[in-house]
Amino acid sequence: MREIDVAEITEAVRQMSQTANFDLGKDVIRAFEWGLETEESATGKAIFKALIENAMIARDEKVPMCQDTGFSVVFVDMGQDVHLVGGSLEAAINEGVRRGYEEGFLRKSICDPFTRANTKDNTPAVVITQIVDGDRVKLIMAPKGGGSENMARVTMLTPSGGKKAVMDFIVQRCQEAGSNPCPPVIVGAAVGGTPEKAAILAKRALLRQIGSQNPDPELAEMEAELMTRINNLGMGPQGLGGRNYALAVHLDKHPCHIATLPLAVQICCHASRHKETIL
Amino acid sequence: MSQIIKLATPLTEEAVSLLKSGDQVSISGVLYTARDAAHKRLVDLLDQGKPLPFDISGAVIYYVGPSPAKPGRVVGSAGPTTSYRMDAYSELLMEVGMKGMIGKGKRAPDVVDAMVKHKAVYFAAIGGAAALIARSIKSVEIVAYEDLGPEAVRRMVVEDFQAVVINDVHGADLYQMGQEKYRIA
Repeated sequence: MREIDVAEITEAVRQMSQTANFDLGKDVIRAFEWGLETEESATGKAIFKALIENAMIARDEKVPMCQDTGFSVVFVDMGQDVHLVGGSLEAAINEGVRRGYEEGFLRKSICDPFTRANTKDNTPAVVITQIVDGDRVKLIMAPKGGGSENMARVTMLTPSGGKKAVMDFIVQRCQEAGSNPCPPVIVGAAVGGTPEKAAILAKRALLRQIGSQNPDPELAEMEAELMTRINNLGMGPQGLGGRNYALAVHLDKHPCHIATLPLAVQICCHASRHKETIL
Repeated sequence: MSQIIKLATPLTEEAVSLLKSGDQVSISGVLYTARDAAHKRLVDLLDQGKPLPFDISGAVIYYVGPSPAKPGRVVGSAGPTTSYRMDAYSELLMEVGMKGMIGKGKRAPDVVDAMVKHKAVYFAAIGGAAALIARSIKSVEIVAYEDLGPEAVRRMVVEDFQAVVINDVHGADLYQMGQEKYRIA
């Protein structure tokens, strides 16, 4: 049994709260460059140029790329041979968020659902924990803005609808979302499991590297078809018209009940922020 | 892309009436910031017949909740938030003189109709380009609802704030126009 002090988790979360918000992933920047090259609309090209410039300012000046520094979503893949010491896991993560958001001049955006009173330190984080083999702890910090979160949907389709119903729903969701989730976007979707399982898998699908191949050939084919269908809607960057609305579509699947066909769609804005630490 | 039109706030009815969906604009002057929570309070004041905490006549409201300013800076990152959440409140503000709104995303049909009726326009800034947009903000002061934190009403002085006209006073919608142009059936 390997012992890890939760103070290490706090420190990792503190750092990643900031680096995730300042330093956009290289895969996203490459996707912007590709967009700038391929976009047919002049406005769309200007938007890609502005997004690249914005990402450079954020990285160089250590300021958030977006004022909405997000809900702190933290994935914890916890090795079953790890024993955490020095406090509770969730408290340690929340302390990391608290420090990271205060020190990094990040916006605190979490509030009571009814009174709307702000918690003032961006806590609590949403912590999604799974127990895995081994003696390491993998932490992924994925702050996500509210504008694109509002475009997420979970639906229970009828099994007879099959692949067609799944694809139609995803395309329609993007069409309805339009300019709201700050396109160009990444679309994450998961089919199967239970409604809550699908939602988590879809969120996690957003984290896959842009341009990476889905290991499942059937899903890879669906992703390619969905990219074409979504981008053929013509909504383009910021929904102002153009060729590049989606930078990527990432699918996942999980076995489901014989009576169900759950589908979750999560849309991430172009500020696709996530950082990883392995302890 | 058309030539960039320079606009100064407060906006006059004449200046607003000349704008067309798709026009690129560069705004200088004062913007007032408000998101959902502040809009609710502003509209509550109007319902009670009380004055607003700033002069709404010709005003442009920017839907933004900036991140905190680092030491030595006037503002943090400050890009637009999604506008449909303000739809329920916008017509009342147009009735008392608001001439412009800046946000991102489509507005409800009744808000578009109200823009025609009251001669007001809706602009979009680039959602998520918040560090870049902040460079056009020269000063910021809180004018109301400090308790709302990032959602407080702020008076922002801007120079060459870049935006595009989405809905003009004729009822046109750039989102619809742009998408139709590039749609592949």
